[in-house]
Amino acid sequence: MESHHRGGIPSLEAAGSSSSFLDFVTQSNPALLPFGRNLPAGQLPPTPHGTTVVALTFAGGVLMAGDRRATMGTMIANRHIEKVFPADRYSVLGIAGTAGIAIDIVRLFQVELEHYEKIEGTLLSLEGKANRLGAMVRANLPMALQGLSVVPLFAGVETGTSHGRLFSYDVTGGRYAEREHHSVGSGSVFARGALKKLWRPDMDQDSAVAVAMEALMDAADDDAATGGPDLIRKLWPIVYVVTDDGATRVPAESLAPAVQAIVDQRTADGREA
Amino acid sequence: MAQQFYVSPEQIMKDRADFARKGIARGRSVVVLSFAGGIALVAENPSPTLHKIGEIYDRIGFAAVGKYNEFESLRQAGVRYADVRGYSYDRADVTARGLASVYSQSLGSVFTAEQKPFEVELAVVEVGLTQSADHIFRLTFDGSIADEPGYLGMGGEADLVQQRLADAWHPGADLAVALTWAVDALRAPRAAAGAETADPLGPANLEVAVLERKVREVRGTHRAFRRLAAADVEGMLSANGRE
Repeated sequence: MESHHRGGIPSLEAAGSSSSFLDFVTQSNPALLPFGRNLPAGQLPPTPHGTTVVALTFAGGVLMAGDRRATMGTMIANRHIEKVFPADRYSVLGIAGTAGIAIDIVRLFQVELEHYEKIEGTLLSLEGKANRLGAMVRANLPMALQGLSVVPLFAGVETGTSHGRLFSYDVTGGRYAEREHHSVGSGSVFARGALKKLWRPDMDQDSAVAVAMEALMDAADDDAATGGPDLIRKLWPIVYVVTDDGATRVPAESLAPAVQAIVDQRTADGREA
Repeated sequence: MAQQFYVSPEQIMKDRADFARKGIARGRSVVVLSFAGGIALVAENPSPTLHKIGEIYDRIGFAAVGKYNEFESLRQAGVRYADVRGYSYDRADVTARGLASVYSQSLGSVFTAEQKPFEVELAVVEVGLTQSADHIFRLTFDGSIADEPGYLGMGGEADLVQQRLADAWHPGADLAVALTWAVDALRAPRAAAGAETADPLGPANLEVAVLERKVREVRGTHRAFRRLAAADVEGMLSANGRE
């Protein structure tokens, strides 16, 4: 068992061990995990935070979008940060919270899914993926209690169907299936209001993109930590759609007109907010 | 107390090697060959789920002959090694050379120290940006490691298979041509035994996978490994006047 615990190539004991990368690293090399250490008591210095991810279902799949701003206290730490990532071929995840830990949890989750697929020769079910992500959020609970919380949003398509599903989480790893749309992060209260008014059952993909843009713009309008589409720097939100063809990133060329249309409409209306 | 008989180290190692060789020779062959668009891994394997060929990491594949439980445990260990390495450094830092030398250490220590050596022979392959940058490593049961040029046949009566590949293989071929070479080579031992007509080798009992050279440009993913369905294999073989 010695070689197994050191992470080397074991001789015979590999058979029957877990297909989970998280379990393997927890046993063999816990210091590699984003949440693999106990923090000493004391004040945390400011760290970059990511905010506001929205997700919604549409006919044929599910969409997730995130703004590009990371804040450190009242300062903008980064204007280009990405908060939505492909998890595997048929799912995506978005993250809000402490950016450093969240991005590592994303990397860990991506490896976890690919590792399972390679070891077992088959994909995890969507529920299975959602549960693994829940386990990672729960593992991060001690860090969350020290102020380094991460709250993900998970979306994907059940393989073999075009039925998109959404899962939200709390810091304890609690996993909740969302039926229509959801949002996380500091701008989420405003984004959710927009989603409630704009979302319709059986929207097509283009309307879903437009609704997501409008929700993010509403969040940016009222939440200082959320960055809106930047028309000067030509910075657009990160948007992924998942359909039965897999997860694809929506290119900037199709986001820019959607954003421009909303800006033009609001200018024409002449309303303040 | 029973008297221990003296057996020389040479004799012990020779017995172990003979034992491992016999085990490997019982199995069917696997062929790995580089072609213009990547590396093809072709195994004679009637089972659709028990694989002799597998994915290790982005550009790294694995093929094995011998005892299933032994090479499967080595494959899984290889996936763990690669995933831990890629996670702690970067995806680009996982190389076939690194993996092959870890396998070599492991096989070597099992060969000398354990009750019985592994009855396996492995190929660790990495597809490069050009055909000359492809790597094919052959690992034998005693931990020996060799860097093969362009093609590799291993398993039962590997000499025949390897000879057939040596005669046919040249760089720049496309996948369909490479497949016909591979199937030809896998047929060589049967042809020599005169059993080809009784038990033909067709797409149904072939396991075929490729590591695609330009996977990021073509498919937009970092994973170059792809299994081919029996129908695709059949199409390619018949397009080249086979079957």
